[in-house]
Amino acid sequence: MASRLTTFGNDLYTGKRSFNFVGGRKKWYIIAGVLIILSILIPAVRGVHFSIEFRGGSQFQIADVADPDPSIAQDAVAGVVPEATVTVAIVGGDGIRVQTDQLSQADSLEVSKALAEGYDVPESEVTSSFVGPSWGADVTRQALLGLGAFLLLAGIIMAIYFRTWKMSLAAILSLIVDLILTVGIYAAVGFEISPAATIGILTILSYSLYDTVVVFDKIRENTAEDGNESRRTFAESVNLAVNQTLVRSINTSVVAALPVASILFIGAGALGADTLRDISLALLIGILVGTWSTVFLAAPMYSQLREREPAIHRHDLKVLKERDRAAEPAISEALPTA
Amino acid sequence: MAASSKRSSRPTSVRKAWRSLTWLGVIIVGLFAINAAGVIWGGASWTPKLALDLEGGTQIILEPQLESGQTATQEQLDQAVSIIRQRVDASGVAEPEINTEGSNVVVRIPGELDDQTRARIESSAKLELRAVLATDAAATSSISPTDPASDPAEELSATPTVEPTDGSDPAWITPALQEQFDTFDCATIDDPDASVAPADEPLVTCDQTRTMKYLLGPVEASGENIVDATNGTVTTQTGASTGTWAVNIQFDDKGTKDFATVSTRLFGLSGQVPRDQFAFVLDGAVLTAPSMNGAITDGRPQITGNFTQESSKALADQLKFGALPLSFTVESSETISPTLGTSQLQAGLLAGLIGLILVVIYTLFQYRALGSVTIASLVIAGVITYLMITILSWREGYRLSLAGIAGLIVAIGFTADSFIVYFERVRDELRDGRPLVGAVEAGWKRAFRTVLASKGVNLLAAVVLFVLAVGSVKGFAYTLGLTTIIDVLVVILFTHPMLQLLAQTKFFSSGNPWSGLDPTALGAVYRGRAEFRKPVAVPAGKVASSSKEAQRRQTIAERKANAGVGAGSSEGKES
Repeated sequence: MASRLTTFGNDLYTGKRSFNFVGGRKKWYIIAGVLIILSILIPAVRGVHFSIEFRGGSQFQIADVADPDPSIAQDAVAGVVPEATVTVAIVGGDGIRVQTDQLSQADSLEVSKALAEGYDVPESEVTSSFVGPSWGADVTRQALLGLGAFLLLAGIIMAIYFRTWKMSLAAILSLIVDLILTVGIYAAVGFEISPAATIGILTILSYSLYDTVVVFDKIRENTAEDGNESRRTFAESVNLAVNQTLVRSINTSVVAALPVASILFIGAGALGADTLRDISLALLIGILVGTWSTVFLAAPMYSQLREREPAIHRHDLKVLKERDRAAEPAISEALPTA
Repeated sequence: MAASSKRSSRPTSVRKAWRSLTWLGVIIVGLFAINAAGVIWGGASWTPKLALDLEGGTQIILEPQLESGQTATQEQLDQAVSIIRQRVDASGVAEPEINTEGSNVVVRIPGELDDQTRARIESSAKLELRAVLATDAAATSSISPTDPASDPAEELSATPTVEPTDGSDPAWITPALQEQFDTFDCATIDDPDASVAPADEPLVTCDQTRTMKYLLGPVEASGENIVDATNGTVTTQTGASTGTWAVNIQFDDKGTKDFATVSTRLFGLSGQVPRDQFAFVLDGAVLTAPSMNGAITDGRPQITGNFTQESSKALADQLKFGALPLSFTVESSETISPTLGTSQLQAGLLAGLIGLILVVIYTLFQYRALGSVTIASLVIAGVITYLMITILSWREGYRLSLAGIAGLIVAIGFTADSFIVYFERVRDELRDGRPLVGAVEAGWKRAFRTVLASKGVNLLAAVVLFVLAVGSVKGFAYTLGLTTIIDVLVVILFTHPMLQLLAQTKFFSSGNPWSGLDPTALGAVYRGRAEFRKPVAVPAGKVASSSKEAQRRQTIAERKANAGVGAGSSEGKES
């Protein structure tokens, strides 16, 4: 079984088997475009849920309740602040989560006491949080600032490392697509956008670009070693590099996705581990999208950016002409036997 | 050529490998030693400290109250942090964590937080010193018998008719102010709009017990100028204790100067109750308003009154710790029960364990015996990471949060990827027909560059996030950056040396099918066969337009051209 992927890897390496990632770029661009539109449309239509950290409000959680009856919580809150809007959810089977409008500190403590009494647990078992609406805005602003700074710095560093800004541009563009798709799919799943999800999405920056750099490094190696004598067009060189690193891409994304998926499924079952759940969903989507976009978007975009350079264009023409010439005798040889 | 390089590379690569492994051993032993030393002498522990979301406790985020356009300076925030820390320490809470995040002050208290400590933290506490102009009993009529300064002006003018000369000048009391003072209700003192006045204007307020109303002059000194406040008994000139409790204040230079002026003036008004009194105003309410018994020019006033030991201590604390440079409001407050924290920690660890097992199974499946190098590398990386986190939580106060655990679990995949990149490069070299030892060296050269470049991007992301982000994002970025560095370290000092050594063993160099580096399975023999293949490929020329086909042909053709003639192919077959 394992050897099947190894053989597959061999064939990809030698070029015996090859997926036309670069040549079929129009198809991939269209698919990416449709996905981007969906990623914007679906959340826009269905609405994006922001977690309490972004909305502002008060939240109470109690684990391991003997009688998880939501009405107890309703009554407890109503007893303290009758006018508050209350949402009660049962989490993980025997946990209670109560969300209300933003309560004052004093009311908040009162509600904690009332809930502890109502569910017959010690007061220390009630987890309460009170979040001002500016908190989420603060975090978001810092995250966006971080995003901008990272894109700029990473762009410059990659341009220096690869000695061409075109690789940098292709990598950053595909990274932006990753971010849009990750946020879109995350929101479409219906999970709340929480600070943990923001962390996950920011990590995608790191992962997606990392993945792109690995593949681009192989592209750089191939195209640099080919030189003028190469009998492949530029696009073919790029495509070969992508194919040669395909097994790595698959292995890497599987290995990265496995722990994340295990957090997602275990985190989803545990009360209060929303942090784990949100982070891992964002990461899981991001890892898959990031691997996909490197192969299907970043590499073709880079090839497209370079192909128009006069030197490369000339070389490509030469290669194609030679190939035609080589093909002719083959055909003429083939004809008599036919 | 291949043979000679093999001969010479064997001893050097082995020697290098052992040297790297020795360094790794030194690092691990060193980290162990540091931590052990910390455990024995420095109060460190073998387990990392946990953040609130795992340990349970309370987190309060305080936001400075600023007028629009104003920003809090880092100095002010640092000052606020140290004052709040003193307040919390005074309440005896173990291991509070107080620091600034952006322009907010974040207080994290493990375990249960009693109401008293909470009040200590949340009271924004801005201390002002103002001269008393008038006093009155709280719930009274507008007649103020104790008020000698009341101005019987007819019209309610809001601006003083005579420019006040100092903070005790009755000219401050305009008819409008008198009216406000007369009608002031002490019950309204907690309203945000009540009892606030600019520093250079008089203030109408009450004392904390709401039994007395005060009309106070402008601010003469503020709490920031108080260096220290202690309680003690008053001593006679011979040093004998009188048994009377007092609060001793010590001002800084500016405070000393200001207070000298004020005390000289107030002492001059001695006997003119209440204008010889001086009010300490905490958050708009009068804490105490002693009368001046002398001109104090050394900046060390002593407050006496009907103090007990407790009340003098409380006042001293308030004077000392109440000196926040900014007012704060509670932006968010979060209490996490220890039960919830534990269950989150367990969920996180379980998820990590399952994730790790899945990765192990997949790697063994993919890379067979070579997978064991991955697993060993992960274990080494895990050990170093654990030690680093434990040491950092001891030295730098790092605390492992749920987001941090997520970062570590995610790092399993990212770390394993370095090995995958490396192994795939080695396999590529094998496919090109190199012998294993040479393939390991050549593959390493290429892979190392890629690993460094890509990990550099990872590290950049971690650093940017760490510098710019707040709260839990920071903890996550920290673990991400740490594991990235450890990952590179492990690849250099463990994975590569291990592969160098394993390449010398018969199991691997003979290309055992279970080694994961079987040249036959990797198609290295292609090279020898390419000659036979070529004629087969030629008729395919009719589809030259298909780049896919073209590529196949090209590759094989080039492969042949590149093939260092028979040497490589015979080598490939031989192994």
